[in-house]
This record gives sequence, C-alpha cells and structure tokens, in this order.
Amino acid sequence: MSAKTSMAAGERIATSGRRARRPGFLRRWREMGPMARKEALSGYFFILPWIIGFIVFLAGPMLASFALSFTRWNIVGDPRWIGLENYRQIFTRDPDFVQSLEVTFRYALVFLPLSTVVGIAMAVALNSRVRGVGLFRTLLYLPSVVPGVAATLVWVWVLNGRYGLLNTILGWVGIEGPNWFRDPQAAIYGIVMISLWGVGGSAIIYLAGLQNIPEHLYEAARVDGASGWQQFRFVTLPMLSPVIFFQLVVGLIGVFQTFTSSFVATGGGPLQSTLFYMLYIYEKAWQSLRMGYASALAWILALIILIITVLVMRSSPYWVHYEAERK
Amino acid sequence: MQAELDATRENVQLGDGRRWQLPRILRGARAYVVLLLFVLVFLTPFYWMVATALKSEVQLFALPPAWVPSPPIFENFMQVFREVPFGRFVLNSATLVFWNVLGQVLSTTLIAYGFARLRFPGRNVLFLILLGTLMVPDQVTLVPQFILFAKLGWVNTYLPLILPAFTGSPFLIFLMRQYMMTIPLDLDEAATIDGAGRLQILRYIIVPLCVPALVLVGVFTFTWVWNDFMGPLIYLTDPAKFTVSLGLGFFHGARETSWHLLMAASLMSMIPPVILFLVAQRRLLGGLAAAGLKG
Repeated sequence: MSAKTSMAAGERIATSGRRARRPGFLRRWREMGPMARKEALSGYFFILPWIIGFIVFLAGPMLASFALSFTRWNIVGDPRWIGLENYRQIFTRDPDFVQSLEVTFRYALVFLPLSTVVGIAMAVALNSRVRGVGLFRTLLYLPSVVPGVAATLVWVWVLNGRYGLLNTILGWVGIEGPNWFRDPQAAIYGIVMISLWGVGGSAIIYLAGLQNIPEHLYEAARVDGASGWQQFRFVTLPMLSPVIFFQLVVGLIGVFQTFTSSFVATGGGPLQSTLFYMLYIYEKAWQSLRMGYASALAWILALIILIITVLVMRSSPYWVHYEAERK
Repeated sequence: MQAELDATRENVQLGDGRRWQLPRILRGARAYVVLLLFVLVFLTPFYWMVATALKSEVQLFALPPAWVPSPPIFENFMQVFREVPFGRFVLNSATLVFWNVLGQVLSTTLIAYGFARLRFPGRNVLFLILLGTLMVPDQVTLVPQFILFAKLGWVNTYLPLILPAFTGSPFLIFLMRQYMMTIPLDLDEAATIDGAGRLQILRYIIVPLCVPALVLVGVFTFTWVWNDFMGPLIYLTDPAKFTVSLGLGFFHGARETSWHLLMAASLMSMIPPVILFLVAQRRLLGGLAAAGLKG
C-alpha cells in the first residue's frame, strides 16, 4: 500500500543486514559476469507469474480503480469524467456511507477486543499440560474451517427469536432474549457471534506464541513469588504482545472485509443496522451498477485502513515488547 | 508492580517458606473444566445443526424446542438433493478447487524458488512489494477486476475464479519461500556440481523436501476456494454454475423456513473442509502457527 507499511511489514523478514547504499540497478547489471547475468535472468523467469499477477490483478486494477473514482460509469458505455463529484457526494450527502462506517466501526470496537480476550483465554486453556489436550485443540479449531455461509446459517437458526437455541437457554434463567437478526439493536451482536465462533483460528496462533515463551521466565517469576495472575500479567502478556499486535492488524483488515455473514443473515438490515462497509460497496457496484462511486468508496476505505494501521503501528512501541530489542 | 508482587508473596507463602499450590490432580481438573466449558459453548451449535437436520418440519417449530429429534429423519439429506441441484454444486466447487490448487501449487513453487534461491538485482525490493501487497484490502481491486473480466466477456465463466491462482497468492508465496530458506544450500551446490540445471534442482531436490509446505498450500487453497462466497457471487449468474457456498446462500433465500433442509445442506457443505482439516491438522496447525508468528 504505502512504502511505510510495506517496509514495516517486511523489515523483520527481508533484512540482509546491509545498510550501505548499493549501486543502482543498471550499474549492477553491467558489472555482472555472464554466469551471474544468466542466474538473474532465470530469477526473473521464475518470479514472472507473480509479476504478471501483480500488474494485471493488483497494480493495474488499483490504478484503474483510482481513475474510475473520478467518473460516473454503469459499465455499459464510456465512463464520464466528473472530477471530485463522487467524493463530494459521499462526504456531504450520503447518509448510507455514514451509516456503513458507523456499523463497521461499532462492530470493530466490539469484536476486536472480544476476539483478543476470548482468543487468548482459549489459547491459555489449550496450553494446559493435560492428557487429551490435542483433542480439545482439534474441537475448538473446527468451527473456523466451516464455510462462512454454513456458519452464518447455523447462527441464524441458533439465534431465531422463538425457536432458537440461545433464547431457549436464556429462557431457562428467566431472560427474554431479543429477536436477534430482526432487531436493529441486537442484529450486529448476532454478526459478532458468528465471527467469534471462528476464534479458534486466532487461538491457535496465540497458542504458538505461548509455547514460544521460555519456561525460565515463569520459574524466575515463581521464585519471586508471583501468583498465577501475576505470572500472566507480567510474563505472558508482554511476551505475547507481538502476536497480539500482529493479530490486531490482521483482524482490523478482516473487519473491514466483513461481508458474507451480513449478506446472508440480514442483507444489511433491519433498518440498515448491519450495513457493513463492504456490503455497501457491493450494493453500489453490483446492484446500482455505479462503478465509479463504488471505486471512490473503496479508495476511502483503503485510506481509512491505512491510517488506522499506521496508528496501531505507531502505538506499538508503547505496548509491544520485542525480545530482540534487548539483545 | 514490585509492591504488588511483595504483597502477594506474603499471602501465598506458607509458614515453612514453600509456596502453596493446588495439588497436581486438582490443577488438571481445573484445566479440564475450563476446556470443557469452551467445548460446550463452541460445539453446541454443531449439535443443534445436526439435531435440526434430522427433525421433521413439525418438530422444527415445537415449543419448547426439542433437543433430540424423534424420530430422526435421515431422509432430509436426500430431500436437499431433490430441492436443489446440490450434486451439481459439489461438482462445480470441486472443479474450482482442483484448478485453484493446481495453480497455487505450481506458481508458488516457481516463484518462491526464484525468491529463495536465485540472486537478481531488485530481488529484495520486489519481495518487499510482495509483502506490501498482503496489506492491500480486496475492495480496492474488486471493482476494476470485475470490469476487466466483464470486458473480456468472462462473467459467468470460471476463468475469473481460476486464473489469479496461477499467479500465486502473496501469502502462500511467502510461506513457501520461508520454508525453502530452511533447506541447506549445500544440496543445490552438490547437484550443480553433478551437472543438474535449475529446473532439475527444483524438481528433484527442492520440491521433494517441500512436501510439507506444499500440503499446506494445497489445504489453504482448498479451504479458501471451497468456502469462498463473494467471488462466485460476483462472477456467477447461472445457477447451474453455482458453487456449494453460493447455492447454499440462494437456497436460504428461497426456502427461508425449511430449517431442517438448510441445516442438512449446511452440514454437508462443511464435510470436505472438516475432513481435510482432520487429516492434515498436525501440519496445518503447525504451519498456521509458524505463519502467524513470523508474519
């Protein structure tokens, strides 16, 4: 996306340790021997499929989408240049845009903290050294491989206001549950539950993070008399923070892609209470056939994701603990 | 923090200086209770799905809801095939899965080999760009890609859902490249001395050693493609070409109240990814964890 985010993502992996400025491409090419030149040529040949894909399916479309965002186009005929009109309309008189942003952000504010807490709690449970824990790992990961549509349908039925499982159980303790997906107040929490069902996917990654924490840190903490909670708070959490950070960034991007669950369960309703941003783009592009408008919406979203990602990354020195920095 | 630690130290230390702990067996029991609670919460929806799939239409709307279908009606599963061309959907999904797995396995192997083993000017920059593309949200390319394929007249064909696989997914390329980096270079060098060319080295040395990573690429691709909803939704209009996920979505729209059939169909739709996961789980969970930590 931007040089900055890609650098930050790549730095850890691709550093060759060399900081000195290297000669330019042409100069290096001229100074190469025939063998090196042959190797370089086959190198380009091997990565050619990716380069083609990058140009045809990513860079090209991105540029096209940017250009399209300044046009009006319903796919038949020619796009008509209208300058900033799409953007002006989006920002000044498009209540659906505001609504979809609100829905997406409200969902993010509920879902991301919940999935972090539940994911870590599940990982800690799965990290217990008891017999048969492998079986539990399998069972708890299982919901995350269920196709999105099937998972959504299951939950639409589980959350049925009258015949649903959840309201039946709530009824046992005297709580009258809402009619989840028909209730503008509750529908978004239904979507949260669908997503949360697949939390096993991130729990597995947290689990790997837990298993990477050296045992001697806990031993040291115990020698100092730390309780179980203190060990978690002062050893586990700091050591796990890089994984939490990674999951948060991935989760953020995922939140803005939320589509299938709301499309199948509610179609954005009731009263647009689950009109996710992605769903709104879909409606504009494929139902109203306003390709230019949808492109503008997509670029605004890309910008929002970029800004949030940069903010999260900027905040990371304050709470993410990288072992390597100490060395 | 120090004050807190000191305070608790006093609380938990016994008179003889040893820390008091739950007996081992009880600690195990506590772990089981927590794990069982998680399983109860996360697997009850599965049970509810199976129970519903076996209910009669009358029992579906009994109050209070019945926990056990009586009698269980296995006929519901056959009924799904009569109501919608479910077999057709499965075949369509399988076709897409086949071509996508083939495409990803071929392309990621070649591309990852290029990035992992060959030296060429601009390699690091290109690899950084590849990692950067992982951050690009799909939305930005969705509309123009659709326009591209529409102009080519490929809407309502499988080409838009297959071709991109042959250019390699950045995430899978990254995964493969990281795996190839762990294979000692000595092997390549020995083969070069024996007169092997690059393609031969790839074919006879690298690929056999990369089988675990290749399995991972295959499993990921299978699951993504099988579960994908938005891609088929955008590109396929002819119901005869629908995939399982897409068909299920439309079945839901058409028969909103036939929950026994919808649950039976949902149950069948998740069999392939679930079985694949159960077969490959060791490798998959390990690989997922590695990708998550390195990413």
